[in-house]
Amino acid sequence: MCSIDGTLLDFKNLDRLAAGDTGIHRLDPRAKVVVTLVFVVCVVSCGKYELAALLPFFLFPVFMVTLADIPALYLAKKIAVIIPFAVMVGMFNPLLDRQAVLHVGALGISGGWVSFASIVVRAILTVSSALVLVAVTGFPAICAALERMGMPQPFAVQLLFLYRYIFVLTEEGAQVSRARELRTFGGRGRGIRVYGSMIGHLLLRTWMRAERIHMAMLARGFSGAFHTRRQFCFGTRETAFVLGWSLFFITARLVPVAHLLGSLVTGIL
Amino acid sequence: MHMADALLSPAVGGTMWAVSAGAIAYSSAKVRKELDDRKVPLMGVLGAFLFAAQMINFTIPATGSSGHLGGGLLLAMLLGPYAAFLTISSVLMVQALFFADGGLLALGCNIFNMGFIPAFLVYPLIYTRVAGSAPGRKRLVAATMISAIIGLQLGPLCVVLETVFSGISALPFSTFALLMQPIHLAIGVVEGVVTVVIVTFVHAARPEIIRGAMGARPLGRRPFRAVLVSVFAVAILTGGVLSGFASKNPDGLEWAIAKVTGAEALQGTEQGLHAAMTALQKKTAFLPDYGFKKDGNRGGRNATDSLGTSLSGVVGGVLTLAIVFLSGFLLKRRRPTA
Repeated sequence: MCSIDGTLLDFKNLDRLAAGDTGIHRLDPRAKVVVTLVFVVCVVSCGKYELAALLPFFLFPVFMVTLADIPALYLAKKIAVIIPFAVMVGMFNPLLDRQAVLHVGALGISGGWVSFASIVVRAILTVSSALVLVAVTGFPAICAALERMGMPQPFAVQLLFLYRYIFVLTEEGAQVSRARELRTFGGRGRGIRVYGSMIGHLLLRTWMRAERIHMAMLARGFSGAFHTRRQFCFGTRETAFVLGWSLFFITARLVPVAHLLGSLVTGIL
Repeated sequence: MHMADALLSPAVGGTMWAVSAGAIAYSSAKVRKELDDRKVPLMGVLGAFLFAAQMINFTIPATGSSGHLGGGLLLAMLLGPYAAFLTISSVLMVQALFFADGGLLALGCNIFNMGFIPAFLVYPLIYTRVAGSAPGRKRLVAATMISAIIGLQLGPLCVVLETVFSGISALPFSTFALLMQPIHLAIGVVEGVVTVVIVTFVHAARPEIIRGAMGARPLGRRPFRAVLVSVFAVAILTGGVLSGFASKNPDGLEWAIAKVTGAEALQGTEQGLHAAMTALQKKTAFLPDYGFKKDGNRGGRNATDSLGTSLSGVVGGVLTLAIVFLSGFLLKRRRPTA
């Protein structure tokens, strides 16, 4: 019953993190968007058996989380919700791909298990980077950054409108759903008939709300663009941030850091 | 049905990004040209409505499981293809960022599977043709059901194709398709029923909403064909360029890795097979080369994996992770005092 409220609360919590004021938060949103995209592409471009090559990439989320004061446990919980999907799809790899590619002592590990582990690690990395991006930037700033980088204006306006009303309508949906929950007994009344008129009413109310917003817009002289006071400044800090991390990602992608480290240590021992 | 970053190769992800970005740019231009400023708040609020409605479940009779609205088709019926496409895309973007449904690179795929297909393929090619200009109740129901089912067959089919082309999952096409399609046939039927119920309710309460949505858009053949042609041109172009990268780069990368580690990776063993595969790839120009793991590329990797390098790999992996998290921990410790 509280699942919609729970989701909404979760949503608001993540949104609230963007109000932080750390060095990372103050960076120009474009820098953070670009770095995150480079990160995702580099992670995804690793071959499916290159498990070790993925590990250095953990440095980025770990650094961002610590420097931007994001509660790590909260983030870990959010990631844990997504992982079962990756596990479900990756599960078939160990079954279908049984050729041994890795030997630890007498134990041969099949390619399927390696690629399964790599799918899970990829999922953790990409999911955490997306969540970190929102937590340190905030949705409106991401939209503004994307618009500056060439996203068409109508789509940017659409994203901002959606963002403004998502909380309002989700709360309304939660109310409606709670009301139905309180009136249904033993699963009766949760069927399609009630659902249809319930969602239909929600849709009608949404439609009327849009008409009211339109009139309010006209009254205030809305011209199709949101004006914000936000100033963009892509300075030395941003350049250093983008170049530094991109360099690290590309190096981590090209040089097998983990392998080198391992041979160094096993060589010494 | 969200496609995930973890299963995606950069070539496939990049191609779908280019396609979706092109479709967004085109739809934005169209919506701007329509100059109907009533649609601006309507799109925003309907996006939020879709988001909320997807969270509300209902019980599916006789199965005990529960379902919810997908809504792509419903939005296309209410807003027309261009505005609906933008609205669905915006919802998917919020889901990708806040709930990590899918991921950032997979966003292109998801926008295509769940936005482009209902708005630009199913709605104009199937729904409007079956329903006609002034449909009665029966025609409306039939058109909605057929469109919902076809839309929910095409979407998962694209998920399967994208996954197979990416080659990260070992699932072969036929197995994956056999897993996905029948499930989505049922989901499509449910989606159709739900959409019909909602549309008939709205039609009874405020018929002008449904009727207005139908009359407002004289969807000509020509501009629509232009969309399709340009989208596929973009797809083929980027697919070609990116797969060129994908088939060239890993070889270069492996060469670099071999040089750095000092391991002599057996490049291009099985010359014949490898050459044939590359030729085939150039012809199809869509497959990144990770898919063919048993030919030259991977053969080289397997051959170098002697006991020593594996052990060092495992030790190194553990060490790297330890260093990463330790540095994060130290940073955290140092900050309050600093």
